[in-house]
Amino acid sequence: MAMENPATSQIPVAGGAATLGSVAKNSESLSATRKKPLEIALFWIFALCAAVTVFTTFGIIAVLVTESAPFFREVSLARFFGEKEWAPLFNPPHYGIFSLVCGTFLVAAGAAMFSLPMGLLAAIYLSEYASPRARNIMKPVLELLAGVPTVVYGYFALLFITPLLQNVLESMTPTLQRVTGNPNLFPTIEVFNALSASIAIAIMTLPLVASLCEDSLRVVPRALREGAYALGATKMEVSLKVVVPAALSGIMASFILAVSRAVGETMIVALAAGASPKITLNPLESIQTMTGYIVQVSMGDVPHGSIGYQTIFAVGLVLFCITVMMNLASISLVKKYRHKYD
Amino acid sequence: MNTSSISNLADKAMPEPSTRKAEAPSARNSTPQFNVAMAAAGEQNATPVIVEAEKVDLFYGTKQALKSVSIPFHQNTISALIGPSGCGKSTFLRCLNRMNDLIEGCRTEGEVTLSGENIYAKSVDTVMLRQRVGMVFQKPNPFPMAIWDNIAYGPRLRGIKNKAVLGEIVEESLRGAALWDEVKDDLKKSALGLSGGQQQRLCIARALATKPEVLLMDEPCSALDPISTLKIEELMRELRSAYTIVIVTHNMQQAARVSDTTAFFLLGELIERGASAKMFTDPSDKRTEDYITGRFG
Amino acid sequence: MATAPAPLPDSPSPVPPKYQPLASSSAHLRRRKLASTLFYLLCFSVTLLSFFLLAWIMSGIFKQGIPYLNQQFLTSFPSRFAEQAGIKSALYGSVYVLCVTAVFAIPVGIGAAIFLQEYAGDNRFARFVQVNIANLAGVPSIVYGILGLALFVRALGFERSVLSGGLTLGLLVLPIIIIATQEALRGVPNSLRHGSYALGASKWQTIRRQVLPIAMPGILTGIILSISRAMGETAPLIMMGALTYVAFVPRGLRDGFTTLPIQVFNWTSRPQVEFQAIAAAGIIVLMTVLLSLNALAIFLRYRSNSRL
Repeated sequence: MAMENPATSQIPVAGGAATLGSVAKNSESLSATRKKPLEIALFWIFALCAAVTVFTTFGIIAVLVTESAPFFREVSLARFFGEKEWAPLFNPPHYGIFSLVCGTFLVAAGAAMFSLPMGLLAAIYLSEYASPRARNIMKPVLELLAGVPTVVYGYFALLFITPLLQNVLESMTPTLQRVTGNPNLFPTIEVFNALSASIAIAIMTLPLVASLCEDSLRVVPRALREGAYALGATKMEVSLKVVVPAALSGIMASFILAVSRAVGETMIVALAAGASPKITLNPLESIQTMTGYIVQVSMGDVPHGSIGYQTIFAVGLVLFCITVMMNLASISLVKKYRHKYD
Repeated sequence: MNTSSISNLADKAMPEPSTRKAEAPSARNSTPQFNVAMAAAGEQNATPVIVEAEKVDLFYGTKQALKSVSIPFHQNTISALIGPSGCGKSTFLRCLNRMNDLIEGCRTEGEVTLSGENIYAKSVDTVMLRQRVGMVFQKPNPFPMAIWDNIAYGPRLRGIKNKAVLGEIVEESLRGAALWDEVKDDLKKSALGLSGGQQQRLCIARALATKPEVLLMDEPCSALDPISTLKIEELMRELRSAYTIVIVTHNMQQAARVSDTTAFFLLGELIERGASAKMFTDPSDKRTEDYITGRFG
Repeated sequence: MATAPAPLPDSPSPVPPKYQPLASSSAHLRRRKLASTLFYLLCFSVTLLSFFLLAWIMSGIFKQGIPYLNQQFLTSFPSRFAEQAGIKSALYGSVYVLCVTAVFAIPVGIGAAIFLQEYAGDNRFARFVQVNIANLAGVPSIVYGILGLALFVRALGFERSVLSGGLTLGLLVLPIIIIATQEALRGVPNSLRHGSYALGASKWQTIRRQVLPIAMPGILTGIILSISRAMGETAPLIMMGALTYVAFVPRGLRDGFTTLPIQVFNWTSRPQVEFQAIAAAGIIVLMTVLLSLNALAIFLRYRSNSRL
C-alpha cells in the first residue's frame, strides 16, 4: 500500500533489498518499502482492463457515427424522420425510419403488456408469499429460464405460437362474426406477425422482470411490512400499498430494462415478426423492427459501401440511442433506490 | 412474586367501552416523575383488566423463548416490561397482537385475552385484532410516502375514503401524538424527511389513527436522542388517559419514570411484577434487585 | 407541544363501530379478506404459469427434435438433405469461438473488476466507468455485431474468422464478468484486507492471497454465466457475417466458422418441415449444454451464499 508518507520519505534509503531477508527487529528503514515495480505495473494493467470498457463504448459510437455519416450526407434528417415508408432498396428508395421504430415499439409494447404485470405478480409471490423452501427452488429455476438463448424463443414463436394463434383465431371467427354482425369478417393472422414475436419476447423477459423485481421487493425493510401488519392490513394491502410503493423505483428500473431488452431483441423478431416495415398498430400483421432490418441486410447480398448497406449503421445508431437512454434511466433509478434503504 | 395489590383485582368482566373515557386533561402538564407515584398508588386499582396473558409459552422451532408467562394489563395504565437482551420481553409484547405469527416456525401456546376474548382462538382475525391493538416499533418505520398518507393509511384500510373525514383523523392523530404543530405545513412532504424523534411520533400518530384500545411499544426510544425521548415519554403520560400502554424498554430510568407497573423478565420467564414505585425501590426477588442495581444485564 | 389535547375517544368517531368482538367480521372486512385471498391466488397462478411455459417450450421442442438426435447428427456436416445433416462444424465452431472469448474476456474482466473494486476508490472516473459498464450490459447484442464488423472484420483485417467472432462475443460478455466479479469482491469483508495489510502484505499480495480466493466462487459463477451467454448468442455473429453453411472444421483462428445457434437459426428459417425438426434437435444439444452450465453456476452461487 501507499507508504509515501512525507515524514518517513525524508529518511535516507538504507539498501532496501539487502536487508529484506533479515528477520532482526527494525532492521528495515520505513522508506525502504518503495512501491515495488510489480505493484505499479499491476495497477496500470488493471486500469487498462477497465479502460477496455470505455473504449468499447467509444468504439461503438465512433463506428456508428462515421459509418452512417455518408448515409446522412445523402439522406437528409428531414427525410429520415419525416418519410412514412422504409424501403431503401426499392426504386425510388424511401428512408422513413419511423416505420421501423413503430414496428419495434409495437412488438416491445405487446411484450411489455404481458411480461411486466406477470413478472411483478410472480415477484410478489416469490418475495411475499412463497415459503423460503419454495423460493429456494423457484428462484433458481427462474434464473435458468433467463439463460435460454433467444434463438430458441424465435424457433418457438415461429413454429409453436403462430400456429396456435392461427388455430385460436380460426375457432373464434364464427363467434366474432356473430358478435360484430358481419358474416364476411375473416380476421387473419399472417405467418410472420408481431403478436407471436411479442409473446415470445414476453416469455423471454418474464424471468428477468420477476427476478429483478423480487430483488427490489426483498430490499424493502421488514420493519415497513410489520408496521403495516400492526395497523391491521391484510397481506394484499401490505404487498400492494406498502411494499410495492416502497420498491417502486427498483421496480421501474427493472421494467425499463426489460423494455430495453425487448427493443434490442433480434433473433425472435428476425424469425417470427417478418420483413415488411410499416406503420401499423395491428399485431396480427407482418412488420419489421430495427433489429430485424439490420439482420436482413447483413445476411443479404447488398454490396458493402452502397447506401443500402450504410442504412444498417443509421438504423443501428437510432437503436443504440434509444436503448442507451432507457438503460441510463434504469441505472439512475437503481442508484436512487439503493440509497433509499442504506 | 409481589402481586398482592393486583391479585385483588380479579375483575375480568368485559368492560364497557364508555368507561374508557377517562379524565383526559388531568395527567398533562405535571411532570412524569410525579405521576408515577400517584398512578402506582391509587389509580390502577380503579381500572379493570383489559388484556390478560395466561400461561403463555412460545417456541421458535424447538427453542422455548417464553415459559408460562401470565400478566394482566389494566386499562389506562402503562406497564413496562424490562429485562436483559434476549430475555423474551419483546417476544412477549409481540404475542399481544400476534405479530409473532409473521415469523416462520414460531408457535404460541396458552391464552391471551382482549376484553375477555381469547385472541388465539381459531375464529379470531389478526387483521381485526391489530386494529384494536396498535404497535410502535423500536426503529421508527414510517412508510416512504407523505406524512398525511402515513397517518391515513390505517383508516383508509377500514374503507374511509372521504378526504375531509380522513383529514380530521390525520389532524386529530397528529395532535394526539404532539406532532401537529411541527408538521402541519408539510403534510404532503415525505415522512422520511422528518427527524428520528419526529418519525417515531409519526408512527405513534399512525397507530392512534386506527383508534386502538391498547398500544404496544417496543423500545420506542432506543433509537432516539434524549430530548426526543423526553417528548415521547411526556406523550405516553398523556396517552395514558385514553389508552392502555405496554412498553418494552431497556432503560430502567425510563421504566421508573413512565410506568405504573413493571414486569421483569429473565431467560423467558416472568420473575417479578408489581407497582413500578415498589419494584425500583424495594424489589422482592434477588435477581430483580441485581438487574436494577446494574449488577448484570 | 403540550398545547395539543388528546381527546381521541371523545371526538365524534368517523371510524365504523369500534371494538367489535374479534371473531365477528364486517362485510367490509370480509371483502378485504376475500380480495387478499384472490390476490394470492393470482400471484401464485402467474408464477405457476411461467414455469408451465418453460415446460411447454421444452416438451414441444423435445418432441420435435428427439427423433433426429443420434450420433450421426452430432458427427456430420450440414447438408442439403435433412436426414444427413449434422452439427459437427457448428459444435467445433462454437468451441473455438468460446475459447477465444474466454481467453480474452476472463482476464480482462477480472482485471477491470479488481481495478474498480480494489484500486479506483470513489472518484469521477470510477463512477463514469461504472455507469458505462452498466449501460454496456444493456446494449443490444446486435450493436456489438456492428462494432465487431467494423473493428475486427474490417479495420483490423481479421476477416470473418473465429478470432473476430470470439473477440466480438468477448466484448459482449465483458460487462457480465465485471459486474459478477465486482459483486464477489464486494462480498469479501474488509476486516480480512486490513488483517492482511497489518501483517505487512502489499496490496497485490492481499488481493491474490486473501481476496481472490474468497471471491472465487462468485467469480466462477460470473464466468460460467457469461460463457453460456456467449454460447447462445446469434445476432452479433450473423451481423459480422459468420457463415451459415460451413462444411469444414476450423483449423485456426483465421478460419471461417459457424456456431450452434447460427445453425439452428439457419435451419429454422427454412420452409421445409424436416429442417425445422433438425433445428429442434440442434436446440436440444444447445440447451443441454447451456442449462447444465447455468445450473452449475446457480448451484455454485447458492452454495457460496449459504456458506457466508
